[in-house]
Amino acid sequence: MQSSIEVSRQPAVRYLLRIGDTCLIQAQRLGEWCGHGPVLEEDIAMTNMALDLVGQARAVLTRAGALEAELGGTAHDEDQLAFLRDERDFLNLTIAELPRGDFAVTVLRNFALSTLLKLLWQRLLDSSDAELAAIAGKALKEARYHQQHAGDWVLRLGGGTEESQRRLRAAVDLLWPYLPEAFESDEVDDEAFASGLGPRCADLADAWHAEVAPVLDEAGVAPPAPRAFRSTGKKGVHSEHLGYILAEMQHLQRSHPGGVW
Amino acid sequence: MSPAVTPGTLPGPPAEPTGRAAKTTEWPLWEVFVRSKAGLDHKHCGSLHAADPQMAIQLARDVYTRRQEGTSIWVVRSDQIVASDPGEKAAYFDPMADKVYRHPTFYDLPKSVDHM
Amino acid sequence: MYTQAMDTMGKEGGDLKKPLRSAEDLANEERFEARIDAGDFIEAKDWMPEHYRKTLVRQISQHAHSEIVGMLPEGNWISRAPTLKRKAILLAKVQDEAGHGLYLYAAAETLGTSRDQLFDALHSGKAKYSSIFNYPTLTWADMGVIGWFVDGAAIMNQVPLCRCSYAPYARAMVRICREESFHQRQGFESLLTLMTKGTDSQKAMVQDAVNRWWWPSLMMFGPPDADSPNSEQSMRWGIKRISNDALRQKYLDATVEQAKVLGVTLPDPELRWNEERQAHDFGAIDWTEFWAVVNGDGPCNRERLAARVKAWEDGAWVRDAALAYSRKRDALKEAA
Repeated sequence: MQSSIEVSRQPAVRYLLRIGDTCLIQAQRLGEWCGHGPVLEEDIAMTNMALDLVGQARAVLTRAGALEAELGGTAHDEDQLAFLRDERDFLNLTIAELPRGDFAVTVLRNFALSTLLKLLWQRLLDSSDAELAAIAGKALKEARYHQQHAGDWVLRLGGGTEESQRRLRAAVDLLWPYLPEAFESDEVDDEAFASGLGPRCADLADAWHAEVAPVLDEAGVAPPAPRAFRSTGKKGVHSEHLGYILAEMQHLQRSHPGGVW
Repeated sequence: MSPAVTPGTLPGPPAEPTGRAAKTTEWPLWEVFVRSKAGLDHKHCGSLHAADPQMAIQLARDVYTRRQEGTSIWVVRSDQIVASDPGEKAAYFDPMADKVYRHPTFYDLPKSVDHM
Repeated sequence: MYTQAMDTMGKEGGDLKKPLRSAEDLANEERFEARIDAGDFIEAKDWMPEHYRKTLVRQISQHAHSEIVGMLPEGNWISRAPTLKRKAILLAKVQDEAGHGLYLYAAAETLGTSRDQLFDALHSGKAKYSSIFNYPTLTWADMGVIGWFVDGAAIMNQVPLCRCSYAPYARAMVRICREESFHQRQGFESLLTLMTKGTDSQKAMVQDAVNRWWWPSLMMFGPPDADSPNSEQSMRWGIKRISNDALRQKYLDATVEQAKVLGVTLPDPELRWNEERQAHDFGAIDWTEFWAVVNGDGPCNRERLAARVKAWEDGAWVRDAALAYSRKRDALKEAA
């Protein structure tokens, strides 16, 4: 059995891992639709999105692994980070790890996350980290497309049939409590902002609401009342779901130490 | 161009009853045309099912330009395409064969200007 | 290989008694046969014999179903791919297969059927798909072996189909072949990595996968020529270009050489080079197993079909919603 690696706890590294891990875990969930989509064309579209997100994860994790060494720690590559980190060191937003759900949950989550990522990549174009800025350049185009695709589906489901409306409302109720986590800054954000690495979470909130609210409105769904509950994935304390995702995802590397793939 | 739906042989409801008439619940069929590079024509590359025009364009991008094969996409509902009748091929196209002066190879030019 | 169950099928009731044909029909048939003999392409709106049309709908749709069902055994390993690069490659491959299914359904639809009708046939168990996808993918090495064996066999079958007499099918095949080449290469490359740089347990994983997939892969090419009476008509009509046995032999000979490069053993003690035939002799294929699998009794038939039916049924509300939304918008536009 291959044991877990130790990862740098430097804020800059953690900032990158939050982004890379969110992309990776979201990709992992999207990939579950392969061969099970409601229509062949959508199977292709969702797999496309998963592929884009895997690409973004790879780029960001690679940068994070190199940054570890630049900051005096041990360098890691994208695969060591993806397959040999313990759950507590994964820093994705909890919303990404929630079960795939039905198509309404999927498109709504895609819409919420791709809007967030789009706004983030836009700001990261000006990152003080040149590599991150370059990654953002490519990722932004992809996020725009994902947002368009998901947003159109939110409208279709909201304005479709009684059943699709019902499911969309259920999806909002399920997912919305996990969003505040995405917009509350902490010391990792403050460091990133101070160094010019990237924006604070909270800085994206207004723009995000401005883009999401009209779509929800037109779709005829209202977000639930705010609650006190806060998910804490970006701090490494996850829901019960991430453990299962990682057990599946990491199994091969863990059971073939030293393996080359 | 080979349109998917041949007038006169439109897909009807399936032979055995399935509880739902296929015609009213199926997403319409669209033909996809892609221009792969500026300066070229749009080429018919196939068809797909989509519920509305925006979806058709997005899906066409996902399905037919996965390998960066397009700068412009056209989608047309298959039932909007008007095609010539192959039975009338002789009437429409044979007369063109006579008019060879329309073809560049008909004209013998001196070598120095033959590249036209 | 997409005609596995068709090669020996008896002619259906309707075909046994040929209805009285008019002089026009006979003239059309003569013209049609002449075009085929001249190597012409037949397009969607051209006159064609009913049996030609039916055969093509069967074959093209079975090919399409194979691509879609084929996404399942490979999709099984997306979440467990051992590196991010392999995950991306597998996602891209499975996505390609969905796309290929789509091109083929579109080609089948040019013959006057609808995708919903084709799905009905698949989900009810009436339509077949390639037997190979009824086997389970038990290890990661299965991914590489599927790329090597199964995509390799598919390419061998598909290249001649690019010259199929029915043009929409031929065009779909050209598109598919262009995209297919990476599938076999990535599979082989993955195995080469495991065999040349991997641990002993990884190498053993590869050999185990080879042992399980070899014979089913040979069966992909369908029953022996002697047992495939329908092949003849398909060959005359330019739908089938090369016989089952000829393709199988060609595939086997190529694969034996590739196995040497990898350093794996093919699980056939009777495999040996025949100098006289300039080809490899090989052991007897278990046709009982083949027919059991084609007729629904393989290891995964029920699961595969159940997965496709579930996806379709679970997706009904989504498809209905999209249609309802589109119709409401059209109504609003008209009113405006």
